Amino acid sequence: MYGIGIAKGLMVTLTNLFRKPFTIQYPEEAVPQSPRFRGEEFAWYEERCTGCASCAKYCPLGIIRIVTHPGGANVPEGDSYAIDVFDIDIGRCMFCGLCVEACPYDALFMGSGFERGQYRRDDLIITVDELRSSERRPSTWFRPQLEERDYRPQGGEPLSWEEVGR
Amino acid sequence: MTLRTEPVTINLGPQHPSTHGVFRMRITFDGEVILDVEPVFGYLHRGSEKLAEERTYAQVVTLTDRLDYVSSMSNNLAYVLAVEKLAGIQPPERAMYLRVIAAELQRISSHLVATGFFLNDLGALATPLMYCFREREKILDLFEMLCGARITLSYMRVGGVFQDAPTEFWPAIRDFLSFMPEYVDEYEKMLTGNEILLSRTKDVGILAGETAINCSASGPVLRSAGVNWDLRKADPYDVYDRLEFDVPVGTVGDNYDRYLLRIAEIRQSLRIIEQCVDQIPEGPVRERIPNLVRPPVGDAYAHVESPKGELGFYLVSDGSIAPYRCKIRSPSLINLTVLRDILIGWKLADMIVTFGSIDINMGEVDR
Ligand code: SF4
Ligand code: SF4
Repeated sequence: MYGIGIAKGLMVTLTNLFRKPFTIQYPEEAVPQSPRFRGEEFAWYEERCTGCASCAKYCPLGIIRIVTHPGGANVPEGDSYAIDVFDIDIGRCMFCGLCVEACPYDALFMGSGFERGQYRRDDLIITVDELRSSERRPSTWFRPQLEERDYRPQGGEPLSWEEVGR
Repeated sequence: MTLRTEPVTINLGPQHPSTHGVFRMRITFDGEVILDVEPVFGYLHRGSEKLAEERTYAQVVTLTDRLDYVSSMSNNLAYVLAVEKLAGIQPPERAMYLRVIAAELQRISSHLVATGFFLNDLGALATPLMYCFREREKILDLFEMLCGARITLSYMRVGGVFQDAPTEFWPAIRDFLSFMPEYVDEYEKMLTGNEILLSRTKDVGILAGETAINCSASGPVLRSAGVNWDLRKADPYDVYDRLEFDVPVGTVGDNYDRYLLRIAEIRQSLRIIEQCVDQIPEGPVRERIPNLVRPPVGDAYAHVESPKGELGFYLVSDGSIAPYRCKIRSPSLINLTVLRDILIGWKLADMIVTFGSIDINMGEVDR
């Protein structure tokens, strides 16, 4: 009776020897990401943003800080507020995406990356300059217009503000 | 001549690899036999109930993700059902099917984690766990397609789900349904009937049905003791009343039964998902409701059969945009009530296994 277990166990080892491995050699191979992946690098388009701060109000943690002054010119919507500060403290962000859901003008998108490691907490705050200058590969999360075009943020082309609207 | 003996009290935890989180037990032993157990919890208390009182109804969904972090979907579901009951919102048909699919996928993944760690506790270090995590990974990939996250999902919304499933989800879930039964067979081949597993778990940590009911246990713990009680049958929510499935019930209520029951439930969940994928109608997935829901003054209680048992949310509204009170009936905490009954009288080595077989999650115990 006892001993069958060992034979059975070795059988399992033997069959697994010839199976395709399930693991991915991560830093060398990229983990495939779904286009809806809610990643770290927020994509924000100043041209579309009106400074309405819906995103900041909707965030459950209140980690988006927006300072505006009147007199900006928003391209699709006409007159609006100009953005002075748009900080997202991703050190506290939980990537729930509610801010993206709240944005009525399709100006804010979740990003696709997940490798933004820093040594200091302060460096985890995404400032407005970073948002302006970053390459934007927006996630298709809550943006059906991107999903319709079959856009894939991982390894895809960065999109400009005209391409992301409805 | 008799040797003078005296009981020894040992602290297990809060940081101990077998306690599945920060859980502490003060155990009194007579030699190897357990005389008394006193669970101490609260180390992971984050005040979720209180935090919910100062967030809007939509924002609280993100808090529920963090209760039982291996089954976020069920938590989302229980919460949105409570708000819908409170505000009198009826979600669209398609959304209800999507929710059931998501919740059942989550049940499979949670049971896989439970089974894996249960065997880990038995001393089968990491190997069975890796097998279980292999399939859990596939489920998490499905979740990522569905809602962009893998653990803290925030998929469901008051009045439906946040968005329809992408087109690539349907072939993927069909694929999953075709290979998953094979993998479940593989676990059974390796584990069910394994001599070591049998000798360590059979007739260990026996829980009588009567005791389980008196302790208001629910979920696999209750059903393994031979009580047929499943909220999906007893009080169907969403579309469970249109689906055909069996409720597996144990006989003895020992650790082995609890293991078998989880495997059987995985098979039933696969059956449910298959029916849902076949039946799901076209249509909208989200009711058009304002972002700031203001339910009328009143209260509501909604419960679901989460992988661990009955998960309920009791919400009180004062007519404002945030709940006045949010009480969470968490299955993990209440299932711990049976701890003394199934541990006292057993040996030290059985304790870890028995404790693992209850399948608690500290995020939910302490909230
Ligand atoms: S993803 Fe969630 S937590 Fe992060 S900024 Fe947006 S709303 Fe706030
Ligand atoms: S990103 Fe969207 S929600 Fe936020 S301020 Fe700009 S327009 Fe408003």
